[in-house]
Amino acid sequence: MSEPLLEVSNLEVSYGKIKAVKGISFTVGEGEVVSLIGTNGAGKTTTLRTISGLLRPSGGSIRFMGKDIAKTPAHEIVGMGLAHSPEGRRIFPRMTVEENLLLGAFSRVDKDFDADLREVYDLFPILEERSQQPAGTFSGGEQQMLAMGRAMMSKPKLLMLDEPSMGLSPLMMKRIMTTVTTLQQRGTTILLVEQNAQAALRRATKGYVLEVGKIVLTGTGQELLTSEEVRKAYLGED
Amino acid sequence: MQFLQQLLNGLTIGSLYALIAVGYTVVYGIVQLINFAHGEVFMIGAFGALATWSLLFKGTTAIWVLPIIILGAMLASVSVALLMERIAYRPLRNAPRLAPLITAIGISVILQEGVRLFYPEAKSSLSFPGIDIVTGPPIAIGGLDLRRSTIFIILALIVCAVGLWVFINRTKQGRAMLAVSQDPDTARLMGVNVDRTIAIAFALGALLAAVAGVAQGLHTRTVTFNMGFMAGLKAFTAAVLGGIGNIQGAVAGGLVLGVIEALATQYLGGATWANVWAFVLLIIVLVFWPQGLLGAKVVDRA
Repeated sequence: MSEPLLEVSNLEVSYGKIKAVKGISFTVGEGEVVSLIGTNGAGKTTTLRTISGLLRPSGGSIRFMGKDIAKTPAHEIVGMGLAHSPEGRRIFPRMTVEENLLLGAFSRVDKDFDADLREVYDLFPILEERSQQPAGTFSGGEQQMLAMGRAMMSKPKLLMLDEPSMGLSPLMMKRIMTTVTTLQQRGTTILLVEQNAQAALRRATKGYVLEVGKIVLTGTGQELLTSEEVRKAYLGED
Repeated sequence: MQFLQQLLNGLTIGSLYALIAVGYTVVYGIVQLINFAHGEVFMIGAFGALATWSLLFKGTTAIWVLPIIILGAMLASVSVALLMERIAYRPLRNAPRLAPLITAIGISVILQEGVRLFYPEAKSSLSFPGIDIVTGPPIAIGGLDLRRSTIFIILALIVCAVGLWVFINRTKQGRAMLAVSQDPDTARLMGVNVDRTIAIAFALGALLAAVAGVAQGLHTRTVTFNMGFMAGLKAFTAAVLGGIGNIQGAVAGGLVLGVIEALATQYLGGATWANVWAFVLLIIVLVFWPQGLLGAKVVDRA
């Protein structure tokens, strides 16, 4: 493993005068599942939105497959192989499931989507059953499956998932997390942002703990799961 | 028979409103901006056609001139619309809503006065060229006087509406427009170039406004520098009537408004009162059905 797939160095992001991300550095290597955990307002979502180009960093660099993408417009980044399934799912409510999925493939130059559509439907059979229904009528869990499927349609090398378990029932959460593992086994690298630390760390090859815009802890998923600080702060144990 | 004749007149003027109204609604659907300078884009289209004709075909009334003056109109309208989007609206995209609104009024004045500088006679009225097949003598059917320009205008609306439908529902760029109208940030994550998509929305509106400009010129045989003002207001009314942001709504709203105006002219106090009824209708719709008659397809983001 020579160069990591994604390399974030000293990243700083500001909203006006307020610094939301204060110089964080981390890497995601090919084939890994990397988890960013932390409480609300720690800067996790801001970090992902900056990597995918929706926000501009005020400092630092973002390298994806060896190329600096800090100034690349968002609509070009997805075509480079970096997909972002945003916080709150953000499916297109007035489009059908299938239209949503096809928009996921918008950046692709090839037109051969059938196999990928098949793959998404095999992973989430409910999406196939409802492929012609407007996505706005779906439950939170179904919308999350759709959002993940949509991100997969761009055939990403790196898939960034922002809070995929948010607001889901325990059963659905388990379902989504199992899918994360499946995707990893199929060779997709994953950057996972979660408040649910336990679920996120158990699957992670590597984890970073974010607190008010800074990385305070790093380790393998297992190390973090067993670390005293994490257990106290995020797993609700004494 | 009088009723049918007025109905026909109403559909004619209503088709013009519809063609212009689509421009308001498409742009609003994408950027939530009421482009009050859109009436001027329609006016520029009419003058673009006039200029093309005077430069290249002065004196000709043959049918083959028609597509070329329509192209001239489109070129003028689309250029102006793209310029105003790029120079005036894009820098204001994150500004408070009042800023682009006032800017739109400023653009309207600039365009009207600009045209008046080039065509001083356009102050009262400037005659628009005739194209025999469209401006020839009316066709009598039963007791009805069917003007050829009426046929042209209604056909133009049908062709434009079908073309627009195909573009939005059957092309990749059309899907990008739908995505941006629902959630611009997420559309960017899918790889949609939002800036380009917004420019295309302006260009589409301008294409239809240009066709309306030529159609109106051929129908009334005159153009004036301020013809876009009232037409723009009426088309805006039509767009609101149908539910702003909803394309089918804009077409339906235009036709309904045209027919109501024509019938009002006949039965409710004459031409002067027609405008009054049109805006009374706008106020009633805004008070009782602010979503428009067909309902708006905007702002229901998840």
